[in-house]
Amino acid sequence: MKRIVFLICVAALAVLPLVWSDPYMLSVVSAAGIMIVAAISLNLLLGFTGQLSLGHAAFFGIGAYTSALLSLGFDVDLGWGPVVVDPKPVWLAFAMGIVVAGLAGWLVGKLAFRVRGAYFVIVTISFAQVMRMVALNWVDLTEGPMALTSIPALTFWVPGQGVIELVSKAATYWLVLAAGVVAYVLVARLVHSRAGRAVMALRENETLAKSIGIPVTRYLVIASVLSAAIAGAAGGLYAHTVRIIDPDVFLFVYTITMVIMVVAGGKGTLAGPVVGGVIFGLMPEVLRGVVPPEVQWMLYGALMILILLFLPKGIVPAGARGVQWFRSRGRTATVDDAKSAIAVRTAVSEGGRA
Amino acid sequence: MDQIMQHAVNGLVLGATYALLGIGLTLVFGIMRVVNFAHGELYALGAYVAYALVSLLGLDFFSALLFSAVAGFLIGSVIEFVLLRRCKLENIDEVMLIMIGVMIIMQNAELMLWGGVAKVVPTPFSQEPLIVGSVALSPTRLFVLCAAAVLLLVFYLVIERSRLGMAMRATFQDKDAAKIVGVNVSSIYTLTFALGSCLAAVTGALLAPIFVVSPTMGDLASLKAFAIVILGGLGNIGGAALGGFALAMIEEFGASYVSTSYRDALGFIVILIVMVMRPQGLFAVKERVG
Repeated sequence: MKRIVFLICVAALAVLPLVWSDPYMLSVVSAAGIMIVAAISLNLLLGFTGQLSLGHAAFFGIGAYTSALLSLGFDVDLGWGPVVVDPKPVWLAFAMGIVVAGLAGWLVGKLAFRVRGAYFVIVTISFAQVMRMVALNWVDLTEGPMALTSIPALTFWVPGQGVIELVSKAATYWLVLAAGVVAYVLVARLVHSRAGRAVMALRENETLAKSIGIPVTRYLVIASVLSAAIAGAAGGLYAHTVRIIDPDVFLFVYTITMVIMVVAGGKGTLAGPVVGGVIFGLMPEVLRGVVPPEVQWMLYGALMILILLFLPKGIVPAGARGVQWFRSRGRTATVDDAKSAIAVRTAVSEGGRA
Repeated sequence: MDQIMQHAVNGLVLGATYALLGIGLTLVFGIMRVVNFAHGELYALGAYVAYALVSLLGLDFFSALLFSAVAGFLIGSVIEFVLLRRCKLENIDEVMLIMIGVMIIMQNAELMLWGGVAKVVPTPFSQEPLIVGSVALSPTRLFVLCAAAVLLLVFYLVIERSRLGMAMRATFQDKDAAKIVGVNVSSIYTLTFALGSCLAAVTGALLAPIFVVSPTMGDLASLKAFAIVILGGLGNIGGAALGGFALAMIEEFGASYVSTSYRDALGFIVILIVMVMRPQGLFAVKERVG
């Protein structure tokens, strides 16, 4: 049932550009889609392992910069002689962006999971800040605030047309959609695997998880690597679709945007970051022209506080409970109701938790 | 040698204000277990109050300092009373996110009210630097140093000598035990948060004539306050004071002998190193864990 709903949603999204081909709206939806991929990656850490990473923009930025630099080629002087890197094929650069972001995730995981809670948060923030300073100041490599420009677009082989550059709005949209589906399925498979159950066990009770022999830190590092790699892929997508990046990709507001999406949608649920991402990704468009951007951000902040106070689990779990209540309303309970209640509860805790 | 002295003096002035900033943050964390992301925004609030009163209304700087303190205290109590009391401080991550929400709202409110252009607060002192030996120090900076030193002393006396301070320390050690002996923990929370906010606002107002006032000033202040607090050990008040001076010296000397452009990165590099080598903080004494 869940799988059918998922396939219908994907199919509906896939035909969207055919029926509604306004290029402006397609690019808005694509931009929201990239942030949703990033939010899905953050959810893997925040939702499933319970570790709040407030430096997620760092992995996004590392993916974007690595991919952009490798596809453009660069030369730097590291002190012992110049290093010259020729432009690489764009898909290879994209893959390397994912790998390097994953390595950064491994490093941060190795260092940061010695500490938990508030300390982990502060380590991740610091990491992102250091990365931003490097991107701003290492002008030889990153062009600093002058930004990296004319980043090549990703390519695709189409029968009959040969290799084309994915530059049209519809092509970008499909590319982002495909990345989103891959990220979603990957995270879904992961949380249903042994590693997924292990990290959830440690989220619920770390001492207990340790006592039954779960190597807590190892699984946390694995989750951190995968989360960073997916964020890096989102960054690579951003670099090759927007085709210009500057050190602002490391800004705290990007991390905040991802966090708001995950928390509002429902952390620890698969659908949460998607629902939250659609709401907060499209809200700027709805509010554009109605209120100035400062007010828009203030609304974001207020909305986040309200959701945390009144719907601390997020929209998706609350919605599932609402559906359950609606179905059982106004009838005396039957055996079927009890069964469906159990089914919904299981669905919430599985789709929800798992 | 002359240069080293000059850097040390500059570091001392900066360190005194960093210490104030760090103490406010660590106090709130130690007593309430709240990681206050809005701390930097309260710092910015103080600076903007000073700007509004001095530059726009023509009030003198010293009264403006007082009003900044009052504004910080009031806004702090409101935040605690309206938001933090509601969520009962159960989940540290959720409270952290709520404070991020407050941060976003305050920062954008500043941006809307005053615009993105940096504002200047005129100094009430002469621009002529005082020269002692080979070290030059502007009167404004000297005043900032003295004011910060006085505030640190007053704060120390409040915590160590007054009944209120005793109640705060008791809550810090064990809030349930404090309740049993009759401490009103809820009002201690409100007071703690208000006091922490007040310190941040005064620091902002003090530094306003030295630096410029802009809506993004709070971001860096928050992050630096985190660095200071981590250096000293989260919740360790004496450690935060020392951490403030340590970070200021690291920045001063790092900027002049290593790299100016990475000045603001130094604090974060220090955090990363401290977290890896000594997560309990540099100045932590032995304590029971758990």
